[in-house]
Amino acid sequence: MPAQLFEERIEGEEKIEPRDWMPEEYRRTLIRQISQHAHSEIVGMLPEGNWVTRAPSLKRKAILLAKIQDEAGHGLYLYAACETLGVSREDLLSELHSGKAKYSSIFNYPALSWADMGAIGWLVDGAAIMNQIPLCRTSYGPYARAMVRICKEESFHQRQGYEIMLTLSRGTEVQKQMAQDALNRWWWPSLMMFGPGDADSVHSLQNLRWKIKRFSNDELRQRFVDMTVPQAELLGLNIPDPLLRWNPDRNHYDFGPIDWDEFWNVVRGNGPCNRERLHDRVNAHEEGAWVRDAAIAHAIKQRNRQAPVAS
Amino acid sequence: MKDWPLYEVFIRSRSGLNHKHVGSLHAADPQMAIEHARDVYTRRMEGVSIWVVESSRLHASDPTENDAFFEPSQDKIYRHPTFYDLPDEVKHM
Ligand SMILES: [Fe+2]
Ligand SMILES: [Fe+2]
Repeated sequence: MPAQLFEERIEGEEKIEPRDWMPEEYRRTLIRQISQHAHSEIVGMLPEGNWVTRAPSLKRKAILLAKIQDEAGHGLYLYAACETLGVSREDLLSELHSGKAKYSSIFNYPALSWADMGAIGWLVDGAAIMNQIPLCRTSYGPYARAMVRICKEESFHQRQGYEIMLTLSRGTEVQKQMAQDALNRWWWPSLMMFGPGDADSVHSLQNLRWKIKRFSNDELRQRFVDMTVPQAELLGLNIPDPLLRWNPDRNHYDFGPIDWDEFWNVVRGNGPCNRERLHDRVNAHEEGAWVRDAAIAHAIKQRNRQAPVAS
Repeated sequence: MKDWPLYEVFIRSRSGLNHKHVGSLHAADPQMAIEHARDVYTRRMEGVSIWVVESSRLHASDPTENDAFFEPSQDKIYRHPTFYDLPDEVKHM
């Protein structure tokens, strides 16, 4: 009976809320997807944090800081949405820190030059937006509301990245080369961000049926390519894919095969920065322990000192 | 108290509007909850006032009882203005 009601509500585009009945598998899938998403926002701050002190101007530094702060907020919205499903923040974090939980593989690539801040904003945030906009209509209420908030903030991320690329590509020959080099390194990992092809995607079908996902990995990837190619042309940069060409029959760009061996290798923990990212994350958490403890000690002291005041 | 408790955050976006639930966050005490709420939920001038309440202090209706619980409001259509058939000549009503 509750199962049938659940299916009817999904069918009718009604949102499912935390205390509503839901199948255990729906709950598990959401916890996995939302927590992976939250972890990605948090780990995603690391490659960019690396460039805060080396940004080329005060303006760029302030922008980069604001973007990174947004990403921390995105992580928070998503952890909070995940907690409504009955998992604790502490458990979620310890799954990340033990290496058990996954986060987006893209953040296991290094940010080698300032142009990477441009390429990341343009391509990585661009691909994230492509994934996230349909998630504003995902069937679980708290997740959908978090995504609406996130999408509102994301568009500045992509625009600031593209603007960095624009500035570099209109600069000196060396600067233009820097931008091209960043595009070369971030292009394929960005396409991999949409996940394995539909034929190989284990969770896809059920997730689409439950309206957790709204479009398949391949559909979103194609949209991203179609959107990004003209943007690269405007920059005067070349997308590193000799097979990329417009296909008038499909009304889409055709593109070359993705190196899925590389993708799975990075997922399994052997990307260029997997170890470094996890190490930095665990370190930040452990070195912050005294701050969390002190805040609790302070709160207890305050509470003992004064009776609560109504306002 | 090992973990910071969870707080629900409510924001008034402009004066004249209700506070609206926007999400939740963990904090050691109410003051910190308000400051964190400012930092994550009002970075782009989304609010002029913030309320926080410890989630454990919140009481809610039970969604599995919805049919019975909200039933009294379903059969009283005479509470709606459209229930009353009046001649077209009546103006301003
Ligand atoms: Fe984000
Ligand atoms: Fe972003």
